Amino acid sequence: MKNFDSILAAYLAGWAIFFLYYVSVSKRMNTLRQEIERLKNSLSRSK
Amino acid sequence: MKTIAGAFALFLLIAVTAYLAFFYAPIERTMGPIQKIFYLHLPSAFSSFIALGICFYANLMYVFKRQPKWDWLGVSAAEVGLAFITVVLVTGPIWAHPVWGIWWTWDARLTLTFVLWLLYISYLLLRSMLEEPDKRALFSALFGIFAFLDVPLVYFSIRWWRGQHPTPVIMGGPGSGLEPRMRVAYLLVWGAFTGLLVLLVNARFKLEAMRADLEELQREVEVR
Repeated sequence: MKNFDSILAAYLAGWAIFFLYYVSVSKRMNTLRQEIERLKNSLSRSK
Repeated sequence: MKTIAGAFALFLLIAVTAYLAFFYAPIERTMGPIQKIFYLHLPSAFSSFIALGICFYANLMYVFKRQPKWDWLGVSAAEVGLAFITVVLVTGPIWAHPVWGIWWTWDARLTLTFVLWLLYISYLLLRSMLEEPDKRALFSALFGIFAFLDVPLVYFSIRWWRGQHPTPVIMGGPGSGLEPRMRVAYLLVWGAFTGLLVLLVNARFKLEAMRADLEELQREVEVR
């Protein structure tokens, strides 16, 4: 197929951007979840 | 569970639409197979307009109602819109190089799209610089309303000014339009991308709600 490398590059780059964005949201969510848990624990211990 | 089922359904839909784009839609006569990038480039562009439209609406609602949920929706849609614009700006030059012989040119459509990308990067930077939640929400909403002014300029640029970028094939003038199988494939891909947009905005909105919970807890800890 003519220009196959360009088509492949475009689709790989495009889907990589969506995938990496989704991974970044999931990672940030996990960090926040852990931080919330930590603060809740420290609050319940100080009661 | 609902989210996982939704993500799986979306993955299937994207696989089906990719099949339609590559094997059902015919190869375009002038450009040849490279035109297949169209099925990623154009739906991403339209999806970015939808995301930024949601951001604009949420920003307006925040200015008038001052409810945090509108701020959360605004930043979620802005970030997702930025991801879609990034795809447009990456796939465009890859498509342009074999067809035009150049990666980039400063014509109206390309320049205004790049400006749009910079505007929403600035929107996110502005948010990261303001610590006080109410101030951050109001200033970014006002900036978001201003940034959205570029969206109609991007959309109409190929109608108002002649440049290197092709004239519109969807909702263009007489003589424009897609071959029927191309139109079916394009519309289904766009439907799948709208699903992806909803999934991403929903995930990002949950993140912002969690951030608000965390800020609340931090204030509680500081008070004790």
